[in-house]
Amino acid sequence: MRDFIETAILHPLPPTAVSTTIQASVNFDEILKEVHVIGKSVLRVHAADVDKQARFPQESVDAMRGAKLLSAYVPQEYGGMGLNLQQTAKICEALGQYCGSSAMIYAMHKIQVACVVHHAQQSEYFRGYLRQLVQEQRLMASATTEIGTGGDLRSSICAVEITGDRFKVSKKAPVISYGEAADEILVTCRRAPDAPANEQSHVMVRKGEYTAVPISTWDTMGFRGTCSSGFELTAEGNAEQVIPESFTEILSQTMHPYSHIVWGALWSGICMDAVNQARAFVRAEARKTPGETPISAIRLGEVDQVLQVMRHNVAAMAREYDELRSRNCPGVFEDFGFSIRTNNLKLSCSQQFVDIVGRAMLICGISGYRNDSKFSIARHLRDAYGAALMVNNDRILKLNATMLMVHREG
Amino acid sequence: MSEAALSPLIPDIKEILAQHGRFPVENLSEADDLYNAGLTSLATVAVMLALEDKFNVEFPDTMIGRRTFRSMESIAEAITQLAA
Repeated sequence: MRDFIETAILHPLPPTAVSTTIQASVNFDEILKEVHVIGKSVLRVHAADVDKQARFPQESVDAMRGAKLLSAYVPQEYGGMGLNLQQTAKICEALGQYCGSSAMIYAMHKIQVACVVHHAQQSEYFRGYLRQLVQEQRLMASATTEIGTGGDLRSSICAVEITGDRFKVSKKAPVISYGEAADEILVTCRRAPDAPANEQSHVMVRKGEYTAVPISTWDTMGFRGTCSSGFELTAEGNAEQVIPESFTEILSQTMHPYSHIVWGALWSGICMDAVNQARAFVRAEARKTPGETPISAIRLGEVDQVLQVMRHNVAAMAREYDELRSRNCPGVFEDFGFSIRTNNLKLSCSQQFVDIVGRAMLICGISGYRNDSKFSIARHLRDAYGAALMVNNDRILKLNATMLMVHREG
Repeated sequence: MSEAALSPLIPDIKEILAQHGRFPVENLSEADDLYNAGLTSLATVAVMLALEDKFNVEFPDTMIGRRTFRSMESIAEAITQLAA
């Protein structure tokens, strides 16, 4: 299906400004070390309470802000760290080892940051916004799905209405993760009131310029701290807040692949924590019977295999994405092969997530099953079951089945 | 390929596009770019399968691509070639 690759349309990037704000700390190993420090000292400390109360992990996000992590993917010329997706995914994986909800919020924020970085740098308004994002460490959320479209991201009912230099939009969103804590929300909508359902724009609405009336709560099994309630959103603002490129391009080049990669990464992190708990449990067992390998050690060997496959799968897809991006040829993301591989990553990671955490639970036995033990795997397991549902696996499989009728890897 | 030779297939192609293309086809003319009009890669698969069924042809891998499905005219040309 390579012929479906559209002729590449090169979007000239603005000339690189000579920056005086490039941080000296753009050594990725140092950044990752700091992420682990925050993870241990902040995320892990509050993870159980965030989960129990289903509350926004304010302490975690404040700590990420302190380390300037919210602008990790923003290019250095705006003052960000200029990390690529492989590095961003590593941060998500690290955060996932301490608090799944915090890591998910970070990943979802990064997806929206990438939408602006990849599709709006030609706009003076958004270049200014990126600088502000770096300075103020602003948190971005998204309202992509809509009540009435049945989960199909490629169609919208609501429309942005532009009059002069102002816009208005209102949307019934079944979920806006951390909608109440966000500074900006990117809203998917039809590009005009007379546009068909699949001609969509992505519009940034800003705190103070929108009202969000809750229409549902978020009391779920897992990822409880993401506070993904539904809202009726009504917003207005400057017409420049509409991302200049179409949502079709944003979805295929950025949102779709970026989401599945950062999600896979943070799920891997949660799995790593579960396996680490299983490891600690096996060691404690082994200590009781020196010289004899406990039976649970065999299970540890098995689960580690699956975890390695999962992590390597994420890493390979992140590397492919960074390489394709560096070619500066957006048409390559239209390739069916790329879409199928991205979907396969999501499908397999979401299944391995449940598999790995379940195996870790078996290793820890009743201690893993308990809520009140230091080996508890309960939160990990509850988080794990959400992965197949966020962008439902059946929908993804159906898309892959359609594409596979005409695509052959070669 | 002359206009006259292609024209018999166009109404059927247009009907298939209306059924499976998931974009408005009423005002399309033979040479209009279908992708500009809203045809997506994914919807092309359904269109292709419906064309294969209707005209009793099979598009080989080499013909599966945007060039073949760019317009009703190019689709008609491909079908004529396959049926020959």
